[in-house]
Amino acid sequence: MTTETRPPQHPGEPQTPADPSGPAPGRGVHSPGRAAIAARHLRTDRWWLSQAVTAFGLLAFVGYSTWRAFFGLHTAYAAPYVSPFYSPCLAANCPAMKSGADWALFGSWWQLSPALIVLIFPLGFRLTCYYYRKAYYRAFWSSPPACAVAEPHASYSGETRFPLVLQNIHRYFFYFAIVVAGILTYDAVLAWRNPAGQWGHAGIGTLVLLANIVLIWAYTLSCHSCRHIVGGRLRHFSKHPVRYRMWNLVGKLNARHMQLAWASLISVGVADLYVYLLASGAFTDPRLF
Amino acid sequence: MSYQANFRVWRGDSSGGGLEPYQVEVNEGEVVLDIVHRLQATQAPDLAVRWNCKAGKCGSCSAEVNGRPRLLCMTRMSTLPPDEPVTITPMRTFPVLRDLVTDVSFNYTKAREVPSFVPPQGLKPGEYRMAQEDVNRSQEFRKCIECFLCQNTCHVVRDHEENKPAFSGPRFLMRVAELDMHPLDAAAEEGLDRKRSAQEEHGLGMCNITKCCTEVCPEHIKITDNALIPLKERAVDRKYDPLVWLGSVIKRRK
Repeated sequence: MTTETRPPQHPGEPQTPADPSGPAPGRGVHSPGRAAIAARHLRTDRWWLSQAVTAFGLLAFVGYSTWRAFFGLHTAYAAPYVSPFYSPCLAANCPAMKSGADWALFGSWWQLSPALIVLIFPLGFRLTCYYYRKAYYRAFWSSPPACAVAEPHASYSGETRFPLVLQNIHRYFFYFAIVVAGILTYDAVLAWRNPAGQWGHAGIGTLVLLANIVLIWAYTLSCHSCRHIVGGRLRHFSKHPVRYRMWNLVGKLNARHMQLAWASLISVGVADLYVYLLASGAFTDPRLF
Repeated sequence: MSYQANFRVWRGDSSGGGLEPYQVEVNEGEVVLDIVHRLQATQAPDLAVRWNCKAGKCGSCSAEVNGRPRLLCMTRMSTLPPDEPVTITPMRTFPVLRDLVTDVSFNYTKAREVPSFVPPQGLKPGEYRMAQEDVNRSQEFRKCIECFLCQNTCHVVRDHEENKPAFSGPRFLMRVAELDMHPLDAAAEEGLDRKRSAQEEHGLGMCNITKCCTEVCPEHIKITDNALIPLKERAVDRKYDPLVWLGSVIKRRK
């Protein structure tokens, strides 16, 4: 039994020459000449699941980080640990951090949360990251919702026009991300002290910041821009053996870019949450030595 | 183990058609193309299907199985739920000719639009010498069997017919990348900027790197990570990178 015999109808659109008396032609998979299948997709698997999980994960992080960035100043530091959301802290209203990156470059005129000054860089880096682009184009913009599932948009220009042409500034954010990762590394080194500032001590917080910075470096260095800069732009690897080796190493990390993106996102949130819980007095940092 | 499975196969041509139900015997170890052949032999002798090697190397039997772009010969029946009907349709991005056969000439048009390899001056064929590490990247792209599943699944043209003139699709952007990475391609010396043409003539900017091309590639070529994104990065080098710009200014002064 044939379940349909004509291309699907879309009222208001011009009719096809092939079928002048029949239905109007459609767009996309319903374009004239293509197999007449009314359904926008025929997938039977749970294609929507990864879209939903991605949207939930990203929204959860955006919600948490917004709350912490705007209202977390007084719980941003619990000696010797500083929240990664507040480092470097560039305004005069930062909490005093022993030898920490609290450089009041912006002076006292900045009355908002100092996290807002710095977070723009990691935010921009992740927003323009090739993995996150895929994730949010699919999850929030349904472009496409999943492979071979028709998107709902009437037109599409990709990343050729403003504002999406700005995705090309990922390279700039990568350079800033290196600086931010360097400062967070400094914070992780400072965490090898006790609350009084003496070196050679560590607590659970030290391990949390250490794990966080390892994941942040792994994510930053696995970036597609980094892979290109260290060697991908060359045409003759044989003439640049060191860069070829670096390109191979970054390539191995790059193959895990998605996993590293999520792992580092979660680790930043966990590191901040740990500092928040310490600073708000929920518990004291268990000391290892 | 054999069982009777339910299939819905799209029958028709460009003027119309629909999904027709069939019940066909399935045996252990079979692929969807085996079932289509059994269908032709027992119930639908006029069913049109394009196929050739039955080994996943000729790229002929591209179609969609349960809505997913697949090679019919590489889709094992054991990977599909036995108690649900299996839907087989032609590729939905290209005009249908009949039943499961589509007109893929869009791809041949796009292939002709990519300027071919430019031989280096002073070297005759047979004198080319290249280090293996210099050609590894291009060799990955040469695994392409031109099944056009990546072209079929790419939403830029699948969901927007109007983009077809401006967008070459992942397969042919990969071809541009292959040539741009080729150690002996002398296009630049001849005044051909492949990075510029990728952006301005082949629609590189329309790709939003959602990786469906990589997901469906039967040769497991990392099209997005190894061809499209590197090509985008090369375009960034050319147009947007501040350090590359500064470096080129300093080099010019020297």
